[in-house]
Amino acid sequence: MSKDSTANIITVALTLCLVCSVIVSTAAVKLRPIQEVNKQLDQKINILKVSGQWQEDRNIEELFSAIETRIVNLDTGNFDDSIDLETYDQRKASKVNELSINLDKDIDVANINRRANFAKVFLVKEAGAIDKYVFPVHGYGLWSTLYGYVTLEKDLNTIYALKFYDHKETPGLGGEVDNLKWQSLWQGKKIFDENDQLAIKVIKGNVVPGNENEQYQVDGLSGATLTSDGVTNMFHFWMGEHGFQKFIHKVRTGEVL
Amino acid sequence: MSANAKRVVLDPLIDNNPITLQILGICSALAVTTTLSASLIMCLALTSVIALSNASISMIRDRIPSSIRIIVQMTIIASLVIVVDQILKAYAYETSKTLSVFVGLIITNCIVLGRAEAFAMKNPVGISFLDGVGNGLGYSIVLITVAVFRELFGSGTLLGYTILPLVNDGGWYEPNGLMLLPPSAFFIIGLMIWLIRTYQPKQVEKREYQVHRIHRTETY
Repeated sequence: MSKDSTANIITVALTLCLVCSVIVSTAAVKLRPIQEVNKQLDQKINILKVSGQWQEDRNIEELFSAIETRIVNLDTGNFDDSIDLETYDQRKASKVNELSINLDKDIDVANINRRANFAKVFLVKEAGAIDKYVFPVHGYGLWSTLYGYVTLEKDLNTIYALKFYDHKETPGLGGEVDNLKWQSLWQGKKIFDENDQLAIKVIKGNVVPGNENEQYQVDGLSGATLTSDGVTNMFHFWMGEHGFQKFIHKVRTGEVL
Repeated sequence: MSANAKRVVLDPLIDNNPITLQILGICSALAVTTTLSASLIMCLALTSVIALSNASISMIRDRIPSSIRIIVQMTIIASLVIVVDQILKAYAYETSKTLSVFVGLIITNCIVLGRAEAFAMKNPVGISFLDGVGNGLGYSIVLITVAVFRELFGSGTLLGYTILPLVNDGGWYEPNGLMLLPPSAFFIIGLMIWLIRTYQPKQVEKREYQVHRIHRTETY
């Protein structure tokens, strides 16, 4: 059979496709379990770090046993235990019609288009009682959606920590959201003012010490106004009425937990 | 190692470097060189893809019909890239998060297809494999050099360890923000090419035009 005959072309093409597809699918199937473990471990590490429970030399699963994961229905503010914790993925759910809602322009302050109806909440326990709450949040910055976690103290107003685990902002400018020094500025800031209105804000420039709004203000990232605004908007959405506000109110009044 | 094999591996390092002489594969050199660790993984990924693709293409080179040879090469390269990407996701998860899109783009890296077409289609398996390794290493040399400069002067660290303490963290070094942006890699690669061609003038290409001085009185 000559190399350039039609029969040979078809044989070579078919054989090649078959061999390549077997190799690719074997690799994908064989490696999937390890990849899944990696993904879950990575999320757990993120949550441990943002809740201040991370210890380099301790077993991750052991550390994570102090954290209780629950699912909250964002529309009612109640826990919903009918959803499987292991398999629920908020990012995927926000693309499914039955599990999410479309956000109108006027309420979509964080520019995320769709919001899943359910969200995981991580309850950090200390000596049996809840000490901190970790909320998953995301919002659009300049180039990308920033995904992260916010940890609140048990008063559900004071910020303990903020960390992002996924974003594609400009390194050195918006990418400074990963700067530990900037992240440490968030500790102790308050989200709601005395009238329970959203007050937290990333301002332009540095916070003037001693000004009356100091506890609601965080230094802006220089050269990254849009990313800084994106972070403010993210807080305003997720701590607002379409985010975790109903849940927060219910916890404060003792209706849940 | 025979003299020929040695030449095939060592030639692409400086004398016939795929990036600085042939100016191939620049895109990924700009994209992944902000940190040294990402660059190292990228070099490893590219070198293994190019060596294996060269070997497998050379293995079936007598059977490949010339009318579909590019498609055949691309299919093999693409499959290898997917496998490499999957392996990274399983064993180097942290780095794969920053690299994943660029690992996928190895498929379109001109060096890989270039070596397949120029070398592997005409040479036996062993030497083709070595040619892949050599070119992968040539690419790696450039990538690592660029990454060392960019990470050191852009973030003050190397492989994540602080070398130059930043002003932001209470040190003295004010980082050069340009180093973190892709254009800086252009400048560094440009300077490298200049350096190599000063040292090896035979790499300098002939001018395509001649500068001609015109005098005012001259007429055509």
